[in-house]
Amino acid sequence: MSAFFREVLWQKLRRNRMAMAGALIVFGMFVLATIAPLVNNDPGAIDIARRLQSPNWGHPLGTDDLGRDVLVRILYGARISLLVGFVAVGIATSIGILLGALAGYYGRWVDVVIMRFVDIMLCFPSFFLILAVIAFLEPSIWNIMIIIGLTGWMGVARLVRAEFLSLRERDFVLAARALGARDARIIFRHILPNALSPVLVSATLGVAGAILTESALSFLGIGVQPPTPSWGNMLIAGKQTLGTAWWLSVFPGLAILITVLGYNLLGEGIRDAMDPRIKD
Amino acid sequence: MPNLLHVRGLKKSFQVSSARPGGPKQTLRAVDGVSFDIRAGETLGLVGESGCGKSTTGKLLLRLIEPDAGTIEFRDRSLTTLSKKELTALRREMQIIFQDPFSSLNPRMRVGEIIGEPLLIHNLVKKDEIRDRVVQLMQTVGLAADHYNRYAHEFSGGQRQRIGIARTLAVQPSLIIADEPVSALDLSIQAQIINLLRDIQQEFSLTYLFISHDLGVIEHVCDRVAVMYLGRIVELADTQELYEKPLHPYTEALLNAVPVPDPTRARKSQLLSGEPPSPIHPPQGCHFHPRCPYARDICRSSYPALETRASGRQVACHFAGQVGQPT
Repeated sequence: MSAFFREVLWQKLRRNRMAMAGALIVFGMFVLATIAPLVNNDPGAIDIARRLQSPNWGHPLGTDDLGRDVLVRILYGARISLLVGFVAVGIATSIGILLGALAGYYGRWVDVVIMRFVDIMLCFPSFFLILAVIAFLEPSIWNIMIIIGLTGWMGVARLVRAEFLSLRERDFVLAARALGARDARIIFRHILPNALSPVLVSATLGVAGAILTESALSFLGIGVQPPTPSWGNMLIAGKQTLGTAWWLSVFPGLAILITVLGYNLLGEGIRDAMDPRIKD
Repeated sequence: MPNLLHVRGLKKSFQVSSARPGGPKQTLRAVDGVSFDIRAGETLGLVGESGCGKSTTGKLLLRLIEPDAGTIEFRDRSLTTLSKKELTALRREMQIIFQDPFSSLNPRMRVGEIIGEPLLIHNLVKKDEIRDRVVQLMQTVGLAADHYNRYAHEFSGGQRQRIGIARTLAVQPSLIIADEPVSALDLSIQAQIINLLRDIQQEFSLTYLFISHDLGVIEHVCDRVAVMYLGRIVELADTQELYEKPLHPYTEALLNAVPVPDPTRARKSQLLSGEPPSPIHPPQGCHFHPRCPYARDICRSSYPALETRASGRQVACHFAGQVGQPT
């Protein structure tokens, strides 16, 4: 994996300006989320005397109706968004890889059963499925991550299956079999490392999708619950005062926009870098 | 010499989808009743045009593809009836070298891991001795020890083929199926790899099934040669006899097609015309009759059996005696 990344992917990726911009955003968000406690360790600090201040030197992005600093809350919201994004995609990717690998490697009835299950899952509009499931569960950040993960693995499964179908016929896989390697070794040691490139793209784009879904759920009030700051619930909290205090909704909205854009640019950059038909 | 491998009536057909969408599936008979023996210590060549089933035969012998019918006996043990577990043990005895050195090595593994993996799978050496053994194998095939941590794509085709050979030697096999081991290499490299194969054959007393379409290479390395056409063996003989006096018209045509580096020497007879027929719809009777200069009525109706002649040579042709004197 590593040699491939260093030489092929990185060389191509480095020349793609949009992808590098995306990478910068992704990296920047990580840094901001990490340093949030250093800036201010209490995103819920209420200061009624300074409520609804427009952006100024003391509060660069203004304060909300309880006098809480919007910038600090956005930084803490970044932690939530990234956590949801990565855990949800981690769950989805793990399930997708496992089922896709089984379907692609064993074929026959295993393939039929798994892929029909994928088709069934794809029949449900995933957002409404999430809404329906969340309605039965406590709206907590962990439930959100699990639900987004459990409804987002089908694309990965299809990708991995397709890779396995072609890789399992390759000579190095036949050689491993001739040497007496068991199925588990062939799947995890020989085929999977060669099948991960498209999964990387799908996972990067998936993080953007998961962040958007979390924001939307929080916006609707069934995601991350106040007072825990999340970009989605900050957005809805600013709705009432949109005419007078525009900064309450605009900055969380921008945070969502920039982050999702960053992941999409990076993901598409990686896809282009891996496509042998696209020359630089 | 005792027989190491004993193959009888090996068959394999593939289902291919019809040319017209929704049409019935068609059967491609890749290997259609192949029988031969490999003697311990010899190199048996398997020649034929592209698509005649030589590679499929090689893979069937290792059960990388499951045969439809036929028996394979290795040292008097039947391979075709073995369970998966018993097969794993026997896998140590039979190995394969692939044609394409670029697809036969895992691009995500280091050379040391590739060569060391068989040692790990079969617990051949202690964990802490794997590295020493791998380096020793690398030296056997002419690789430097400092290549241990490199990836396969950093090597040339010839070097990669050496890595593949080291991997097969790791399990100390007695039979190696060399599936066009030099066809993808430059001429100068071909000679090196062939010499390497011959050196290790002597050093480790190996037996080879050498699959190739290159008659020059086959003549150079093989003790006996089997000629395949459209899934069947049409002639099997000692290399020297076969090259001096082919008994099957197809063998004769193949030999005539070998370029002779002497512009003053005229070709003995005409080159073979046309393509090999489709193995989905093989011709009635002898599969070779549409391209055969000796063909008569009987060739169009009945397939000649592979018969052993008094000299010990095997040939499947109604007019085997007349080859070389066209009517």
